[in-house]
Amino acid sequence: MRYHTPTSFSDAAAIAAASSGTLRFLAGGTDVLVQMRAGMVQPDDLIDLKHIPGVDRIERTAEGGWKIGIAVPGIVLGGHAELVRDWPGVVEGMNLVGSTQVQGRATLAGNLCNGSPAADSVPGLIAAGATVTVTGPNGSREIPVEAVPAGPGKTNLARGELISAITLPPRGKNGGDAYLRFIPRTEMDIAVVGCAVNLRLDGDKVVEARVALGAVAPTVLLSEACAKAIIGTTLDDAALAALAKAAEGEAKPISDKRGTKEFRIEVAGVLARRAAKIAYDRAKGMKA
Amino acid sequence: MARDDVKTGYKYVGTRPNRPDGLDKVTGRARYGADFSLPGMLHAAVVRSPHAHARIVRIDASKALALEGVKAVVTRADLPTGLTGEDLNLQDNTLAGDRALYDGHAVAAVAATSPLLAQDAARLIEVEYEVLPHVTDVDAAIAPDAPVIRPGVADYSVPEGMHGNVARYMEFGHGDVEAGFAAADVVREHTYRTEATHQGYIEPHAAVGQLGEDGRGEMWVCTQGHWYIRRMCSAVLGIEAANLRVTPSEIGGGFGGKTTIFMEPLTLALSKKAGGRPVKLVMSRSEVLRATGPTASASMDVKIGMKRDGTITAGQVYFRMQGGAFPGMSPIGEALPCAFACYDIPALKHEGIEIITNRPKAAAYRAPGSPMAAFAVESMIDELCRELGLDPIEVRLKNGARNGSKSSYGPVYDVIGLQETLEAAKAHPNYSIPLGPNQGRGVASGFWFNHGGETSVSLAIGEDGTATVSIGTPDIGGSRASIGLMVAETLGIPYEDVRVNVVETGALGVNEPTHGSRATFASGKAAVIAAEAAIREMCKRAAAEWGIDADAVEWKDGAAHPAGPNAGKFPPMTIGEIGAKMGSTGGPISGHHEVTAGGYGASFGTHVVDVEVDPETGRTTVLRYLVVQDAGTAIHPAYVEGQYQGGAAQGIGWALNEEYIYGPDGRLQNPVFLDYRIPVASDLPMIDTVIVEVPNPGHPYGVRGVGETGITPPLPAIASAIAGATGARIRSLPCSPPKVLAAIKALKKG
Repeated sequence: MRYHTPTSFSDAAAIAAASSGTLRFLAGGTDVLVQMRAGMVQPDDLIDLKHIPGVDRIERTAEGGWKIGIAVPGIVLGGHAELVRDWPGVVEGMNLVGSTQVQGRATLAGNLCNGSPAADSVPGLIAAGATVTVTGPNGSREIPVEAVPAGPGKTNLARGELISAITLPPRGKNGGDAYLRFIPRTEMDIAVVGCAVNLRLDGDKVVEARVALGAVAPTVLLSEACAKAIIGTTLDDAALAALAKAAEGEAKPISDKRGTKEFRIEVAGVLARRAAKIAYDRAKGMKA
Repeated sequence: MARDDVKTGYKYVGTRPNRPDGLDKVTGRARYGADFSLPGMLHAAVVRSPHAHARIVRIDASKALALEGVKAVVTRADLPTGLTGEDLNLQDNTLAGDRALYDGHAVAAVAATSPLLAQDAARLIEVEYEVLPHVTDVDAAIAPDAPVIRPGVADYSVPEGMHGNVARYMEFGHGDVEAGFAAADVVREHTYRTEATHQGYIEPHAAVGQLGEDGRGEMWVCTQGHWYIRRMCSAVLGIEAANLRVTPSEIGGGFGGKTTIFMEPLTLALSKKAGGRPVKLVMSRSEVLRATGPTASASMDVKIGMKRDGTITAGQVYFRMQGGAFPGMSPIGEALPCAFACYDIPALKHEGIEIITNRPKAAAYRAPGSPMAAFAVESMIDELCRELGLDPIEVRLKNGARNGSKSSYGPVYDVIGLQETLEAAKAHPNYSIPLGPNQGRGVASGFWFNHGGETSVSLAIGEDGTATVSIGTPDIGGSRASIGLMVAETLGIPYEDVRVNVVETGALGVNEPTHGSRATFASGKAAVIAAEAAIREMCKRAAAEWGIDADAVEWKDGAAHPAGPNAGKFPPMTIGEIGAKMGSTGGPISGHHEVTAGGYGASFGTHVVDVEVDPETGRTTVLRYLVVQDAGTAIHPAYVEGQYQGGAAQGIGWALNEEYIYGPDGRLQNPVFLDYRIPVASDLPMIDTVIVEVPNPGHPYGVRGVGETGITPPLPAIASAIAGATGARIRSLPCSPPKVLAAIKALKKG
């Protein structure tokens, strides 16, 4: 195994493009190192991205959103008061990953690139409309988060490409987001179902909404049907019922050791309702 | 309950000093199995079968052996032949013979100069398999079309005509069950299932073994019983027991799973092949889950008859249990006697079979067999109580076993504390807290026989009047502290002046492991008797000095005293004074005691749990949990409470989320703690405890084993609480959210 410590994303991309064997990027390492220890993957090239300047920073963008470095760990996101005020749903998703120790290392970029449909931080990012900067041998491009996952353990990034930053849009006024997951225990578990809701109000009425569902399909789903079910409503009981029905309709899960197909479909609806209510309350400025 | 013949009012017994191993454990100084290293030591890795059942056609280790730093490879061909019975089973499990019998079964092992190199080498060992049909489910294994895994496995007890995977049959009972059912107002019959669970001890198996060409060996190992390690390794490898010296490490949990061998002989076999260099082998968590001994899975038919007033008229069970691919490993022989052990019922019939499957060789797990049996019987009694509108504690008080009751499995109980635990549970505030919506309360009682067993203890008086106690039962739950307290009480010296050491196989006679909740009972009893022997000797030394008869000397408060005015007037001679000059008064003073300890008293317990179930997701939250159990006498109450809480925690995990999940390919799908879901700390409330003390007449301080009973009631208590919260009765563990939600929905549909 060759261990690389490039000091720029273009260097990292060049090393990755030149690698012909098994390749892994190392940010927090909470997936890669575990997989290596378990014998699941034995990289020929391991590219550590933490030597690149700026990867540990959280910055305001010119537009009023946030640019988050690819090595910023969950515990730093959770401790960033302004970011939490803007995007509580994104941060609470990331903060559900692993234990306190894991939070000291685990990153948004790693959680996304690990390609798990159950990744806890991904529904929140998608619902927020976050984008990622993808750097490759031929330069950089900006794509939405939902364009990254391709299926369990797979991404749409080409060989030599890597994520170099994550950007959250400006929060704007009267908005709120939330993420809920279902696990049988209270922590240290993988989402059986996850759901993030991001919405904006005009008075009592929902005028914008994005809903993302996790662990109910090969990739995290951005559901237009769910968004439609609540846009234009005051999130009354009928709207919540319609949202639950839409979420159930969107869910295309499998039965596995973590839960049955029927259970996941049903709980997708339950979580969509519950997450929407929290997001709504947050948009109203109520504590939740 | 007060007893005239049991002493109370102790100075040390019943206090809560720090455990002697505490500081080492919290500072990381304690040496566990994997902490041991020796100069020139090699590291081992194991090649394991990826198939549930396969013929091993060929093993080629040439590529592994060609790696620089690889020193030895062993396969079954390196082990002696001609073993029989359980020795052969142990050898078959150490390394597969012509067939791999379960996913994870060891096929070969390699030793190299580093752990990573050993793992690389293991991947280079080529094994050609011919996959054979398999079966992993306990009921599927006796279906007519199930493949017979080990032809000829049935022992003498199995009646003609049973499936070829049945290894053992048991039957016993008393009274006329048909007449009993006829006399009942309600008779109900259901099937209950429990899944296999793992002990989940936090420390994986680890050992360093060394065996030279001269056939003399040594081992440092994490185990509950090093004499068992010595006997089993000697048998598997064909060496003499006296030539293997085994030293136990500190132990990070065992719960029964470390009372046998799994990979330990491999360290010795590899060492011998590598010219006598010591070899270390540490299992990964996945290896622990795939290839050490979980407990059995069970499928259990129960029939009980009850009168409207709650009187139980008859009970009948038929249990099916699988303990993996080896006979004799399911706890059917314990589960059946435990089934109705809490009750005094006029007519009972027990039947059961042990079934062979393609799963790992089961090992003991905390009260082996009793939790499954309790799940079946206590669940059904709760169902009857709810149907008839009866209070579950009153029904148990009415039918529960008492002093002098003939037990469900034959013997007559001497002095037991079941009724006292029921009364204490009834009186506890938890039992009368009002429940909210979606909340339910469950009650269940539990039982464990406890155990005495082969025990050898030695005690030596120091020159300064302190005492060193050598015991052979590894300390898992605070037994060094408890034994230290009993010895301090007996000698009349401070707890701090007693050091209790767990010593190696060369230092004492044979000791059974720390199992059956026996360490504090049996090693404690032997230590007290050893201390009394030392006291007799010290009285003799004082008598000689005073020139009086030894019978005229009595021992109190750590000193010899003349026994009354007729004995003469001498100032007390302290243990320190006697110890200081023992070299010139007759030599070292020690006491020892060897016994197969009897007089162990059973421990009964009663649990009360409140849960809340999310009706939309089926998720259960444990709101409050109460353990009431008879400890006989709680020598160190904090560690008694710890045992109660630990048993409850494991039982709650078994009830809610833990299970071995096998795929259609016969492979274990969840061999990591991420998906083998033991409770995490935040899943549990603080578990309330009440220690009932009904002293055991078979122990000098009244001790009963307390370690195991606590895991039995949670399984039925949780399921009954869920039934109370939802109306849905789960008869198949675990009560996982998908199962509970499906049951709630089925109930709504009617």
